[in-house]
Amino acid sequence: MKYSLSIICIIAISALSLSLPAQIVGKAERGTFALTNATIETVTNGTVQGTVIIQNGKITALGNNVTIPAGAKTIDCAGKFIYPGLIDGGTRVGLSEVSSVSLTQDFAEIGELTPQMQALTAVNPNATAIPVTRVEGVTTALTMPANGLFPGTAALINLVGYTPDQMYAGFKGVVLNFPSVRRRRFGDNRTEEELKKEEEKQLKQLNEIWEQAQLYVNIAKSGTQPDYNPEMEALAPVVRGEMALLVEANRYNEIESAIKWIQEKKVPKAVLTGVAEGWRVADKIAKANIPVITGPVIAVPTRASDRYDKAYANPGLMQKAGVKVALRTNSAENARNLPFNAGFAVAYGMDKAAALRAITITPAEIFGVADRLGSIEVGKDATLFVCTGDPLETSTQVVHLIIDGWEVPLESRHIQLYQEFLDRQPGLKK
Amino acid sequence: MNKYALLLTLLFGATALLAQPKTGSMLIKNGTVLTITKGTLENTDVLVEKGKITRVGKSIPAPAGVEIVDATGMYVMPGIIDAHSHIALDAINEATSPVTAEVWVGDALDPFDVSIYRALAGGCTSSHAMHGSANAIGGECETIKHRWGTKNPEDLRMANAPRTIKFALGENPMRVHGEGSGIIPASRMGVEFVIRKAFTEGKNYMEAWNKYNEEKKTNPNAVPPQYDRRLQTMADILKGDIIIHCHSYRADEIYMLMNVCRDFGVTKLCFQHVNEGFKVAPELADFGAGASVFADWWGYKFEVYYSTAYNAAILMRNGVVTSINSDSGDYIRHLYHQAGKTQRYGGLTDDEALALITINPAIQLGIDQQVGSIEVGKDADIVIFKNHPLSVYGVPQKTIVDGVVYFDINEDPDDIRIDINPEESFPAFFLEEQHGHSHDRCMQGAWEFLFERYQNFFEQQKN
Repeated sequence: MKYSLSIICIIAISALSLSLPAQIVGKAERGTFALTNATIETVTNGTVQGTVIIQNGKITALGNNVTIPAGAKTIDCAGKFIYPGLIDGGTRVGLSEVSSVSLTQDFAEIGELTPQMQALTAVNPNATAIPVTRVEGVTTALTMPANGLFPGTAALINLVGYTPDQMYAGFKGVVLNFPSVRRRRFGDNRTEEELKKEEEKQLKQLNEIWEQAQLYVNIAKSGTQPDYNPEMEALAPVVRGEMALLVEANRYNEIESAIKWIQEKKVPKAVLTGVAEGWRVADKIAKANIPVITGPVIAVPTRASDRYDKAYANPGLMQKAGVKVALRTNSAENARNLPFNAGFAVAYGMDKAAALRAITITPAEIFGVADRLGSIEVGKDATLFVCTGDPLETSTQVVHLIIDGWEVPLESRHIQLYQEFLDRQPGLKK
Repeated sequence: MNKYALLLTLLFGATALLAQPKTGSMLIKNGTVLTITKGTLENTDVLVEKGKITRVGKSIPAPAGVEIVDATGMYVMPGIIDAHSHIALDAINEATSPVTAEVWVGDALDPFDVSIYRALAGGCTSSHAMHGSANAIGGECETIKHRWGTKNPEDLRMANAPRTIKFALGENPMRVHGEGSGIIPASRMGVEFVIRKAFTEGKNYMEAWNKYNEEKKTNPNAVPPQYDRRLQTMADILKGDIIIHCHSYRADEIYMLMNVCRDFGVTKLCFQHVNEGFKVAPELADFGAGASVFADWWGYKFEVYYSTAYNAAILMRNGVVTSINSDSGDYIRHLYHQAGKTQRYGGLTDDEALALITINPAIQLGIDQQVGSIEVGKDADIVIFKNHPLSVYGVPQKTIVDGVVYFDINEDPDDIRIDINPEESFPAFFLEEQHGHSHDRCMQGAWEFLFERYQNFFEQQKN
């Protein structure tokens, strides 16, 4: 009896250990996939019924008349929907592990002028937040440095990969925190006049830096090798128009000054980010024809006198004024809320199609990667997800996830803890 | 003397009458009524008279003079209740001692806080205005109704709501007192000790008074113990007159406080935040403790690193009375959306998800006989939604407290403030820190306290 019990135990344990790797750690898989019977929301070419074929990391066929290649893994998507991977236009994903633990924060350096700091270098591919974010359909994110005037260079990353280079999604941009005279939260007793002076000082500093960068580029153009200057070296591609300048401005007068500055300096590729009070100057932004990455949408209004819904309504008001609008969460650990930010924008006035574009094709266009990301089209990267319904809707479930052609298991620490503790063993009694 | 007493009584009686909050009557016609406790009723009317729900049913005739609100195609649900907030408060933390049971945020109510109106615009009619989390035992809290427009703080108080007190475990009291002042608690051991000591002192105080009250019956010269508000509050907790609402994150500290409460016979206990509550869900259910959680906040400090957005679902499935709270002037405006997240993370039903922001927080605050569901006899605290409240597209249209409409999306003025400073034509721009858990209003006051402390320290160093 004892024997047979231990034999059963041994068999059970060996059976368990054989199946362990597959059960505990799911691995991403690349191959040929056929996602059949789906409702495909292409974003750029309407809604299509049928199949999506994925080969070598690309979408190779799409629609009703599709031949499934031999050896393809077929995923039946009957009653399900396929959407392009959602793109968060501004985050700290991978740069922050625990917000209050300063040594786990990699998004800020010392000094006002540090454009050479590369967010991509500091991205931790194993950050806990990465799987937590991607399992909700947010596959791609701009991860940004912060603090100072020129805090560094932001990078667009796909949320899968073991090295930053594997994650890199083809866009970098230098961040400029446009001079702002906001008071800090407490302990800031500067008078209005002092704040004004401080702003003028900062603007002067910015202009000097920009002139230096132009000079640096001109010297280099003339064939002379300028002295080593890492800051100017990082700004040079922006001056030359090879790299975008991401100009963070939130107060309406900051936004106006930023537009004026961008036009005066003829910044070749400029994007406005933040833009919390964009609704106050939406016509001016539209007229300047500068694209906007705004958010979070789910936020309080910036002034006590503003209508309660102004932050929700901001993207829609800008979109209706003719501004090209993408959305961001500006979050490190909860970028998964990106679709809900788009949902709130819709609830408070944005066109639904525009809101979906604002988290797919529009940021892809702004980042210059629309040939590869942002919609379901033949030839584009296979970065998409399958879900049970409207992806902006709270209760919708993501059921399959493919990033850059890799089928990624729907696992995260949040899900693992759910699986372990929903029905805890031992329970109350051991 | 008696004359004066009579006069005083009359005076206070009159004041009490004057302080009676406004009530209203209306007939809400033909909505989809989400009663929470009695299911969903299609094409149903709700009759409100003098601030109370008097009838729920089909084709109710409108009594003479009662306004009709057409809710055709709309959802009618009980007003949302936030079991953890710091809006409408002038002061949040009395961060000067690990135990400050003697203070009460009810002394610092601020009816001018525009967050009250913004909460209404998100369908939230009641909130638990709490002391902060700087101290292991903080101050008493106040359950308020969002009667926006009044200049009298008294109008905010919810009549008959039980007393509640804030406790706090873990990093916040450790940082403020251990790290900040070099006194116990600097660890979770210290937090337990501080609470046990305060309970023991409260127990001794209570016994001294009991002894005196006995002795007084036979000895007119008996000497009473010295009155001490802090110890009196601790004694009132032990007597079961005050519900503990405890800021907590880690499973071990949650378990600790249940053990401490058991030892002192304290049963009225609700944990706040409780990010690791899911790890001790069976123990919470067994104790009968409530859990008031965030939908998905995590990672903003180390003690919330091992969190899961499935917390509410795990707690609910294990039989814990669970609510979702805001702890934020932002999130209090969309608790319906936060509740909706439990459908993505754990597949709760509509009724379960809605209970998280209505009847369950009402139970945790001890006000479930008055509010938290649409039932005859309850307060007419009601919100009317376009689209289902759990949908991301849900938009509150009208928010009603005591039968009075305080928010109407069609009559929403541009500037709602009631304390406009004539010298400030355009109020200051304020962008809330948008990274992670910026919403640490729990620590408001405490940061300033620490900041000043360090400032003094630096100045001393200079000298």
